[in-house]
Amino acid sequence: MSEPAKPPRPRPVPVPDPETAPYWDAANEGRLLLQRCTRHGHRQLYPRPHCVVCRGPVEWEEASGRATVYSFTVIRQNMVRPFRDLLPYVVALVDLEEGPRLMTNIVDCEPDDVAVGAPVRVRFDEVTEGVRLPFFLLAGS
Amino acid sequence: MADGRRAVIAGVATSDYPNLPDMSEYQVHAQAAERALADAGLTFDDIDGYATVGFFPMYAVQLSEYLRLQPHWFDETNFGGASFEVLVEHAARAVEAGACDTVLVTYGSVQLSAMGRRLGTGGRGPAPSGPAAFDQLWGNTLVGSYALAARRHMHEFGTTSEQLAEIAVTMRTHAAFNPHAQYRDPITVHDVLGSRMIAEPLHMLDCCVISDGGGACVVTTEERARDLPKPPIHVLGAAHAMTHHMNVSAMPDMTVTAAARSGPLAFAHAGLTPADVDTAQLYDSFTITVLLTLEDLGFCGKGEGGAFVEGGRLRFDGALPTNTDGGGLSACHPGMRGMFLIVEAVRQLRGEAGATQVPDAKVAVAHGTGGMLSTGATLLLGTERP
Ligand SMILES: [Zn+2]
Repeated sequence: MSEPAKPPRPRPVPVPDPETAPYWDAANEGRLLLQRCTRHGHRQLYPRPHCVVCRGPVEWEEASGRATVYSFTVIRQNMVRPFRDLLPYVVALVDLEEGPRLMTNIVDCEPDDVAVGAPVRVRFDEVTEGVRLPFFLLAGS
Repeated sequence: MADGRRAVIAGVATSDYPNLPDMSEYQVHAQAAERALADAGLTFDDIDGYATVGFFPMYAVQLSEYLRLQPHWFDETNFGGASFEVLVEHAARAVEAGACDTVLVTYGSVQLSAMGRRLGTGGRGPAPSGPAAFDQLWGNTLVGSYALAARRHMHEFGTTSEQLAEIAVTMRTHAAFNPHAQYRDPITVHDVLGSRMIAEPLHMLDCCVISDGGGACVVTTEERARDLPKPPIHVLGAAHAMTHHMNVSAMPDMTVTAAARSGPLAFAHAGLTPADVDTAQLYDSFTITVLLTLEDLGFCGKGEGGAFVEGGRLRFDGALPTNTDGGGLSACHPGMRGMFLIVEAVRQLRGEAGATQVPDAKVAVAHGTGGMLSTGATLLLGTERP
């Protein structure tokens, strides 16, 4: 008799705090937010109380969701569940066209098709009931 | 400062390594401490300052109790893998300022025996909250973070996997001469490229080993060292810097590490340039770590590291003998390798490095790198007073 398969362990989900909740709440609604300096327009993530360049005030703004790949790696070894069941997968740093850099997974692609500089766009996928995260797709896919 | 209050390193030692299934982490500290004190010709009674760092707070206090020390100067600055270069820098400043006379710095780890042999791809961290959550949701690993840097360097500068592999091959060449080294069988570039891919473009043999082990050193005044058996090694320059914490998404440029700031500061402090360095002991968590550090310390220009490491330049008989004990890539990497860099630099400067001895070595650099390429700490050591 074979062992019943273990249920898949869910992906980690963010634990919002007062500072990051607007970002994660918006992601759950399918919107990608960033902070914009109201004094000189600099855009930033993760959120801080002030613009990291001029220390001016910041406000939330919706990003276009378009980005380019700054760098990426294809993870081929990770003992940690659930990721060991997802191998191989692409971890990437993507530069939003507004400026901020995000870590993400580039999904629904052959890892070999990912390249530095490739255009990508955001897609919000539900990873646990009620929790959506900003994944990225190769543009045109 | 008064002449007699120049700081020198009077004793160094490694503990047994790389596999210590019958020792506790504390015993590793104690063994390294006893050996470093014996090397210095001193005893525990001479120690009035103590520095170490581990994974838990108040670690220096815990180890002082364990070692039955009663210092009146402490440090446990946590700079990840670069911590021990920082601790020696701080110890030197404290000795020169007169805050204490003789500082013991120890390191100990049994992470290999604790974990069993596996690659350090990083485990499940704490619940993803605050800034850390931005990088913790994607299954990235420690190797993955360094792979992101390697990929970007390849993209910008045409660096190849073969060039990175040269670094691993050179470290293994040195490890073959080190009877304690974890891996001693020679390897080729072909072997590195043929080893299992962990996080593209980094292969298994681009990654450090995981070991048990530790080390210690004793920092005291030049005046005190005059009566001691070993030639004093001078702390010529030191500095440390950071670019980000654990989120590599917050690293401004993945091809430029904190060494680009700590290196020039340390060289300026010492009145030296990279051309003055006879041997380099560089943190080699991964092959890319060495390549970036060589560029950032100024041994070659940004983007030139790939060509720089070719042709055996880092070999013990090359132009810049690097990690002459076999490094973390082959000899020993218990988690925070910085102490090993200092011990090997001192042995080279004393002429005690055995088969990989660099003839007439007068200036050595030890550079630690910690976190996810996050921190850097540079120590310039020399045989002659500044
Ligand atoms: Zn601003």
